[in-house]
Amino acid sequence: MRVALFVTCVNDTLFPGTGKAVVSLLRRLGCEVDFPAAQTCCGQMHVNTGYREEGVRLARRFTEVFAGYDAVVAPSGSCAAMVREQYPKLVRPGSRGAAAVAEVAPKVYELTEFLLDVLGVEDVGAYFPHRVTYHPTCHSLRGLRLGDRPARLLSRVRGLELVPLPGAEECCGFGGTFAVKNPAVSAAMGADKARGVLDTGAEVLCAADNSCLMHIGGTLNRQRSGVRIMHLAEILAATEESR
Amino acid sequence: MSATFLGMPGNFPKNAAEAVQNSQLRFNLRKATHTIRDKRAAVVGELPDWQELRAAGKAIKDHTLRHLDRYLLQLEEAVTRAGGTVHWARDAAEANRIVADLVKATGETEVVKVKSMATQEIGLNEALAKEGVTAYETDLAELIVQLGDDFPSHILVPAIHRNRSEIREIFLREMPDAPAGLSDDPAALAEAARLHLRERFLRSKVAISGANFMIAETGTLVVLESEGNGRMCLTLPRTLISVVGIEKLLPTWRDLEVFLQLLPRSSTGERMNPYTSMWTGSVEGQDFHLVLLDNGRTGVLADEVGRQALRCIRCSACLNVCPVYERAGGHAYGSVYPGPIGAILTPQLRGMSSDLDASLPFASSLCGACYDVCPVAIDIPEVLVDLRAKAPHGAAERAGMKAAGWVLNSERRLGAAQRLASRMRRFVPKRRLPGPLAAWTDTRDVPDIPEESFRDWWERNERA
Repeated sequence: MRVALFVTCVNDTLFPGTGKAVVSLLRRLGCEVDFPAAQTCCGQMHVNTGYREEGVRLARRFTEVFAGYDAVVAPSGSCAAMVREQYPKLVRPGSRGAAAVAEVAPKVYELTEFLLDVLGVEDVGAYFPHRVTYHPTCHSLRGLRLGDRPARLLSRVRGLELVPLPGAEECCGFGGTFAVKNPAVSAAMGADKARGVLDTGAEVLCAADNSCLMHIGGTLNRQRSGVRIMHLAEILAATEESR
Repeated sequence: MSATFLGMPGNFPKNAAEAVQNSQLRFNLRKATHTIRDKRAAVVGELPDWQELRAAGKAIKDHTLRHLDRYLLQLEEAVTRAGGTVHWARDAAEANRIVADLVKATGETEVVKVKSMATQEIGLNEALAKEGVTAYETDLAELIVQLGDDFPSHILVPAIHRNRSEIREIFLREMPDAPAGLSDDPAALAEAARLHLRERFLRSKVAISGANFMIAETGTLVVLESEGNGRMCLTLPRTLISVVGIEKLLPTWRDLEVFLQLLPRSSTGERMNPYTSMWTGSVEGQDFHLVLLDNGRTGVLADEVGRQALRCIRCSACLNVCPVYERAGGHAYGSVYPGPIGAILTPQLRGMSSDLDASLPFASSLCGACYDVCPVAIDIPEVLVDLRAKAPHGAAERAGMKAAGWVLNSERRLGAAQRLASRMRRFVPKRRLPGPLAAWTDTRDVPDIPEESFRDWWERNERA
């Protein structure tokens, strides 16, 4: 299977370890992984901040770059939801690029969807002996409806103790540019989320989106809490040999 | 007399920044919204066909809105046939004028009111006061707001920002007939209000209401309530004036089957509301006037994306589940319609010329919880994003976003920007970013900038 990695601009720039983890995980599971170098950003920040023109330009670019692959895998629920849910509304049927959107968008998968629904693997052979809690990010929870996919994958990781997060389904307060346009409410939401994380006693907080983790983690760091943030992919990629 | 929201200064981020510092407000709101949120989830969970009901509610509303012209005329005819008088009001000023003239024609100087969002929207109480008519709110929470010279902060529970000890203080201060030893026991507070209101109900000759639904086929108006004050107002006075938004229509009596299930479960979290009043035209001994209110609604109807906001049945489920509302409170929205529905309704009804109204579409993290609970499936995040594209943007922000778009539209430019960031990584202050990014570092650390971007790592290691 010819799989393209859509690493996302946030991971590419700030969290390259997540991209590397996806590459090593997918190869371990027998996939041939390609990284189309012309990729940049899905356009979500622009669209959701009210800059539709720039967003549409990036959406058209995305569908050109990723045309022809069997599957496109993204380590981000938010960016995958942007492509699958918002592109078809953004690039209207009949307008330029609509056919490319119709062709590419359904082939874009968030990582846990790809592992479970396409590859059919629940035990990815990972080893991670730590106490971990999982935050379901809004776009993976209510956009993509990932449901228990992340928990199913995490529960098969050897050594990992998964503890439930209180108030898990509540937004962490990141919200893209919301975090700087409404900093007071964003911080208040982040503080409550961080308190929930601390209540679990977990060493590691993981999620399907580094953007939300950057916000919660930035809050936890400021408190010197000692809790580490990690993308789900990095936990699933970890093995006894890689330690 | 509660003041009006119109012309309120500030903007959402500023108002919210003040509100999040108010620990009493945060505590009251968290407790109240979580209680109603959980009750709603429980009673909605009881119905195996909730999603079908929700789809039916959406379909009925969409159909009605598509043929609103026809159904409004049908309603007018039915109400008139039943002895009522129908008035058409283009905007708030016209509606207020019509109501004031109707009240003055009765020779009365006092009216009792049933809780109504439409009359709040047009600032009716304030307009009547200018004409020498005093309007008394009879819903308990509206009474608390009115006595406290306060703003409502929630659609269903306008005094949600108040706890019982604050309510006790307001009653003791503002209600002349409050018992001296009044405690903050909810039953005692309700009893004090009941005695205070009872006398008003018996004395008043004119009542003003809104309506939850209007049935085009029969000309029937429907009010759902919990306290019985509505029924008192609707039946006792000699003159009844109802001010209702034109989107409140349902085509047929049978359509109520869907909405009388959707509304109570979504709003108060009850299987059925305690009081449902329905009336058709004038009954013996009572004159009935219906004021149909546009006030921006036909403009909303013309917008392909935004028009779904007119499906709203004012249940407040979106407020109770909204993490932003829970922390900012209702007053931050500067409108009688707060929360997620307010963030899409207010800018459409009032426009986005004021700083406050232009900030409302951004008062959301787009978490989508509101869409999930909406009983008529209004895709609030979709409308927010659409309004953001129409909202005015500051020059600095626009320049920054254009520049970001330029960088992101080329892998070479993005790569160059990443390499520049990596070279500067040691100089990035983790706790004090400059300019608008200071809003991030005020409360959050910046992640470490990596030595190498993913694309450069791939280029170095993986490219065959």
